[in-house]
Amino acid sequence: MKISGAQAFIKCLQEQGVDTIFGFPGGAVIEIYDELNKTDVIKHVLVRHEQAAVHAADGYARVKGEVGVALVTSGPGATNTVTGIASAYCDSIPIVVFTGQVPTQLIGNDAFQEVDIVGITRPCTKHNYLVKKPEDLVPTIREAFHIARTGRPGPVLIDLPKDVVGAMINFPEMKQVKMRTYRPTYEPHPGQVEKACKAILKAKRPVIYAGGGVVLSDANEELTALARKLNIPVTMTLMGLGGFPGTDSLSMGMLGMHGTYYANMAVAKSDLLISVGARFDDRVTGRIDAFAPDAKIIHIDIDPSSISKNVKVDIPIVADCRHALAAMNTWIDRKIDPADHGGKTAAWLEKIAAWRNKHPLAYKEDGDVIKPQFVVEKLHELTGGEAIISTEVGQNQMWAAQFYHFNHPGSFLTSGGLGVMGYGFPAAIGAQMAAPDRTVIDVAGDGSIQMNIQELATARQYGCPVKIAILNNGYLGMVRQWQELFFDKNYSATPLDVSPDFVALAQAYGGVGLRAKTKSEVEPVIREALKTDNVVIMDFVVSREEGVYPMVPAGKATTEMLLV
Amino acid sequence: MRHVISVLLQNKPGVLSRVTGLFSGRGFNIESLSVAQTIDPEVSCLTLTTKGDDMIVEQITKQLHKLIDVIKVTDMNETESVEREMAIIRVKAEAGTRAEVLRIIDIFRGKVVDVSPKSYAVEVTGPASKLKAVIDILRPIGIQEIVRTGVISMSRAKKS
Repeated sequence: MKISGAQAFIKCLQEQGVDTIFGFPGGAVIEIYDELNKTDVIKHVLVRHEQAAVHAADGYARVKGEVGVALVTSGPGATNTVTGIASAYCDSIPIVVFTGQVPTQLIGNDAFQEVDIVGITRPCTKHNYLVKKPEDLVPTIREAFHIARTGRPGPVLIDLPKDVVGAMINFPEMKQVKMRTYRPTYEPHPGQVEKACKAILKAKRPVIYAGGGVVLSDANEELTALARKLNIPVTMTLMGLGGFPGTDSLSMGMLGMHGTYYANMAVAKSDLLISVGARFDDRVTGRIDAFAPDAKIIHIDIDPSSISKNVKVDIPIVADCRHALAAMNTWIDRKIDPADHGGKTAAWLEKIAAWRNKHPLAYKEDGDVIKPQFVVEKLHELTGGEAIISTEVGQNQMWAAQFYHFNHPGSFLTSGGLGVMGYGFPAAIGAQMAAPDRTVIDVAGDGSIQMNIQELATARQYGCPVKIAILNNGYLGMVRQWQELFFDKNYSATPLDVSPDFVALAQAYGGVGLRAKTKSEVEPVIREALKTDNVVIMDFVVSREEGVYPMVPAGKATTEMLLV
Repeated sequence: MRHVISVLLQNKPGVLSRVTGLFSGRGFNIESLSVAQTIDPEVSCLTLTTKGDDMIVEQITKQLHKLIDVIKVTDMNETESVEREMAIIRVKAEAGTRAEVLRIIDIFRGKVVDVSPKSYAVEVTGPASKLKAVIDILRPIGIQEIVRTGVISMSRAKKS
């Protein structure tokens, strides 16, 4: 029996285990929306801007550990997804974005709402497709999900011409996707594993540098086992937070531009750097020739193009992080008794403890003025460290990363690579859809929250009790901080002279608005928010010119930190 | 350093632009490019030449591998290979030089493919060094136009 392309689309999603999609309708996808409204197997979440659909799918994917899906129309619907796709690409998040397209016979004719979205997104997707024949629809969707979720995950876009979706087709049987040209390497090379393990056992000052790959491959347990077995200190990138328990005594927190003093010092003085699923980003390395100058470097990554891209690697292991770490743990367990070996790094850990005592992660109190870091600490305390935290981008993002000590993977959602202001709130909505019983908090700035504030309506419509904590300093704070430090306090275009009354704004959408102006009001506001079963904006009026420290100025060595 | 990179890829629309996009997106120039179907109609072979230090070329090679539609990437600098390029050169050929042009072309085993009262168009095939030599020799006589195919390259078969 033949079914329509739109029906096949829904059947395909079901087959892939998708139960929630984020989207916004339009002429080119109206056939799909017609079918969506007739089925209850897939929940469609109507966002208020297409960018938010992609961020929500991204947040959903990170929390659920499955492929997130967005559906938008052609033309502007498609172009509005580009930022979200580029962000997911930088952060290796598995999503599939479906865009409508004008009918095939009109493609290339400058038709109404026509845009070459496959061309536009070619450099920011893992792969993309224009489906030109109805019989290709189902195999393409299956291949897209396979590509999105395997190897180094990433966004895949499928452009669906209106006539393809409208055509009648036979629904082909599900077969395992086999691709001639795409076979990611999961298993590590045993010889490389052995080399790496020998280097680790020999090292006197080893450091584990864990990135987003640890979170994406669920390698946290294997990583924790390795670190604890040999007492190796661990530092994490922004994307790696949660990949190792932040409250563990071996955790040095984040490294890099706003990393801790002790993490940056430890990396700089290490003799072995064990990089797991990280990519030596410039925000991590600072001046590249001064990054871990005395260290031998082991690099585990599923993407061979990450290896030796920025820093020359001594022992590369191309593999899934979890598989590689498991193999290393097995090798080490066979060779040595960890009880004899665990004390080998004692002097090194003491040295790190001394750095930590000298310059702990800290901020200065200021009477009853609310310090933004204090708000994040209180959020941690009052949620028991168990909330899912999303962030916008800028100071709010860094304070959340520094002061909410993440213990679990998938609990910190941030646009790490692309740095998208406006990511956090829609991502939080997606996260809340994926985990209805968890507390989800978007740590935001008064600037970035306004980039997707319209999603308050989405949160209300679907009963998403996301909590937004605005660290309101009346500035585009991170740029202001750079202007303060490097441009003689020439605050060009960073003061937000006009902002909405966020409390009233929340109420206007039918949500709850709360405000704290003094330190003593912070806790009651958070408590009130946490027990509210509705979307809440907490407007924290914080000290205006607080900076994020430590800070490595761009282009400097990571040991040249500006401290509190 | 000049590198000749050979890429086997799926013969599908848009694939070439994925490859060239990798170069333009990183600000690298492609010096020559040649693409055509292989013995398998579903597969094309693309040969390109580019300049860059080894780390850049290694990165390009890895990025090419990463493209879903790419089957195989070979840096021909790392293997023994046969390299060829063809040029059609229109050279001034008037009363005093017509015979000389023919002699030169003969030395390079080229042939005349178009004749007019004042010029010859000649076809020459060979590695890039040979084309350079013939162009250098013809230049004083007066080259009016050159069209080149770009390099193609094939690995030599194992001898044993």
